[in-house]
Amino acid sequence: MSLQEPVADRRFAVDRKRLIDRLREVLPASALLGEEEERRPYDCDGLTAYRQLPLVVVLPENETQAQAILKICHELKAPVVARGAATGLSGGATPHPDGVLLSLAKLKNIVHVDPVSRTAVVQPGVRNLAVSEAAAAYGLYYAPDPSSQIACTIGGNVAENAGGVHCLKYGLTVHNVMRVRGLTIEGEVVEFGNAALDAAGYDLLALLNGSEGLLAVITEVTVKLTPKPQLAQVVIASFDDVRRAGDAVASIIAAGIIPAGLEMMDKKAIHAVEPYVNAGYDMAAEAILLCESDGTPEEVAEEIGRMKSVLEMSGAAGIRVSRDEAERLKFWAGRKAAFPAVGRMTPDYLCMDGTIPRKRLAEMLDAVAGLSEKYGLRCANVFHAGDGNLHPLIMYDANQPGELDRAVAFGAEILELSVRFGGTITGEHGVGIEKITLMAEQFSEAEIGAFHRLKAAFDEYGLLNPGKGVPTLARCREYTQARAGVASTPR
Amino acid sequence: MTMDSLIENWIQRIAEAARTGRALAIRGGGSKDFYGGPARGEPFEVAAYSGIVAYEPTELVVTVRAGTPLVDLAAVLAAKGQCLAFEAPHFGPSATVGGMLAAGLSGPRRPAVGAVRDFVLGVKILNGIGEVLSFGGQVMKNVAGYDVARLMAGSLGTLGVVLEVSLKVLPLPVAEKSLSFVLDETTALARLNQWAGQPWPISASAWNDGVLTLRLSGAAAAVAAAQRTLGGELLSDAEGGAFWQSLREQEHEFFNGGEALWRLSLPSTAPAQTLGRTLIEWGGAQRWLRSGDPTSIRAASASVGGHATLFRGDDALKASVGVFQPLGEPLARIHRRLKQAFDPHGVFNPGRMYPDF
Repeated sequence: MSLQEPVADRRFAVDRKRLIDRLREVLPASALLGEEEERRPYDCDGLTAYRQLPLVVVLPENETQAQAILKICHELKAPVVARGAATGLSGGATPHPDGVLLSLAKLKNIVHVDPVSRTAVVQPGVRNLAVSEAAAAYGLYYAPDPSSQIACTIGGNVAENAGGVHCLKYGLTVHNVMRVRGLTIEGEVVEFGNAALDAAGYDLLALLNGSEGLLAVITEVTVKLTPKPQLAQVVIASFDDVRRAGDAVASIIAAGIIPAGLEMMDKKAIHAVEPYVNAGYDMAAEAILLCESDGTPEEVAEEIGRMKSVLEMSGAAGIRVSRDEAERLKFWAGRKAAFPAVGRMTPDYLCMDGTIPRKRLAEMLDAVAGLSEKYGLRCANVFHAGDGNLHPLIMYDANQPGELDRAVAFGAEILELSVRFGGTITGEHGVGIEKITLMAEQFSEAEIGAFHRLKAAFDEYGLLNPGKGVPTLARCREYTQARAGVASTPR
Repeated sequence: MTMDSLIENWIQRIAEAARTGRALAIRGGGSKDFYGGPARGEPFEVAAYSGIVAYEPTELVVTVRAGTPLVDLAAVLAAKGQCLAFEAPHFGPSATVGGMLAAGLSGPRRPAVGAVRDFVLGVKILNGIGEVLSFGGQVMKNVAGYDVARLMAGSLGTLGVVLEVSLKVLPLPVAEKSLSFVLDETTALARLNQWAGQPWPISASAWNDGVLTLRLSGAAAAVAAAQRTLGGELLSDAEGGAFWQSLREQEHEFFNGGEALWRLSLPSTAPAQTLGRTLIEWGGAQRWLRSGDPTSIRAASASVGGHATLFRGDDALKASVGVFQPLGEPLARIHRRLKQAFDPHGVFNPGRMYPDF
């Protein structure tokens, strides 16, 4: 990834003045930001290391305006980057230098909450947590809960197929979305999925989830709401050995338990979080596991008992069970604040997102510790242990020459290892621009070619979020040749 | 023939078919020959590509070749106390994993746990130009590249030959009880939607001919608590097991006889339908109809936000009304182009889903 030019796809020759003139015809003045200082706040998403000004920022107030924008962009062959709250961590919403940044922030109405069908119809700019808040009066909630849920929006959740700390039991975004209404790049209204549990034809709804804004622009989403369990309780187990904590995760699953949440944090993460949140974590532990049970009171009592006995047999040094809802939330608050807590310890950090088979967890943590020494950079680990999804947080200082490059190389090694362990370069944060080159580590040229053809079935000219998600074949070859060169160099 | 030489052989046959403009009709165990548009092209038998590639109970993942019989897979999982939670119908002892994925059908537990597509983690396929491609993987969370693995579920073999699939598996429920209630259709629908909004461990439901049957699954304590509150008449374990099996496999008497069988996929809250004899499943979201006027069935389904499939019917009826709800633009265009993207020469299963591709 070149730092000078974060978005590499520069095929487009867009006449900025003509584009803006045309957009002015269909938008109120307040919906178009052209001056540099107006565009500046939109120059990056959560991957702040990479910044880029778009040609123009547009903020439609409704679907009709969004439609008019897309028709113009399609006609003028101008790239379009859709953006929600820009909390994404992979640069999926990094602007295109020759394109339009399409913010959907003004589409923020909860259209309808229906307690009988247990669904909510919301616009893409509605925040994840706002859906659960609106449903709470009916004893319902929206299950996927990414750590950024206070700020991140449903449109972005669908684009990234966002996860969270409860997805082992309740699924990812793709499992909790019934219908996506959107616009094709041609500006036609299109509906993927419907009000039922499946739709006729190909499962395009599954394709839309996690498509990173490359297939369509989302204007409305129907989400499934889940009845709130009567009770939830969480067990915190501390371990004096990371490996033992990793093995405990496998033992819980082997016992036939599917916890509502199963999270792990290492010592560095605990030490970042505890002074910041006072969650009550064991500062002496090498690792802690948070293991949640939910259901009827009888069910929870039974399951917590089984969890405790598995954790004890796995050699946990200490076990605590949340005594009430306030304590449960306090225990989770530490985990959910892990990223900002690490952010306090360092000027900058990169968050990795590899997923590996659970049994390789201890091995991976050993490898990350080794890489931390190799690159001379600190790294804290938080881990969706139940799903095998690892978030090493690599700490660096962008003002120190070479540190960002070292952090990027450190991260790339972790992701290459994830693929070698039988996993993936990204579990829930997306490829964006951050991991685009590493796609060649996970996919063959033929597979990348298939992705390009799939994209073209939706977007013939490649105008939706170009330079993201899927690398060009030329870039894949470069990467593969460079890797082959490295491999053949004698050590 | 070894598994590798099987694939080599298939790649040649696909190339040959593409060159000569012939079609191939992919077939596993043949248990779902009745489903979808009539097969066109030379039979392309794939059941020989079978066997479990990897199964690790603690990872909750099984990777299996597509020709593996579903009964064999179920037995291997059950030996470790696990299952495919979506209870896919077999429709015969020869049913294969590949056919299950291609048909994309799920059974009684679907509203509680999700459909086939929700459990697909990865696939290996042969596309229409003979490339072996892998998408997804063996882990629970994976957003690298488009989710082609889930796209394969229900694509009826029109995008490629599925070689291998990785599926999420779950523990078998600890306890299970079935209850029955005497209720009319409208009251049953109202109850089902009311209960679904509360955290009861309801894992299946069916209403037919004035009787609503429920299944509760989960921890023993949760099942017992739900049974006390919901009431109803308790079925014996044998009766309950046989009932849900007969629904899943369409051996229940409702499915007897030669009349057309329609599957309506509707919002669970859609009102009682007056279009024909009805059996309701999935808390109201799946409704089976015997006979009825095709045009009215399709229009009524669409008007409430759902769709209707001519699940079983003779070829003449299929040809005149189509098996699946027709697609409007731009969805139809996206479908044609996706078909092109995976199978540019139109080799696989033409007409099995829609007549034009």
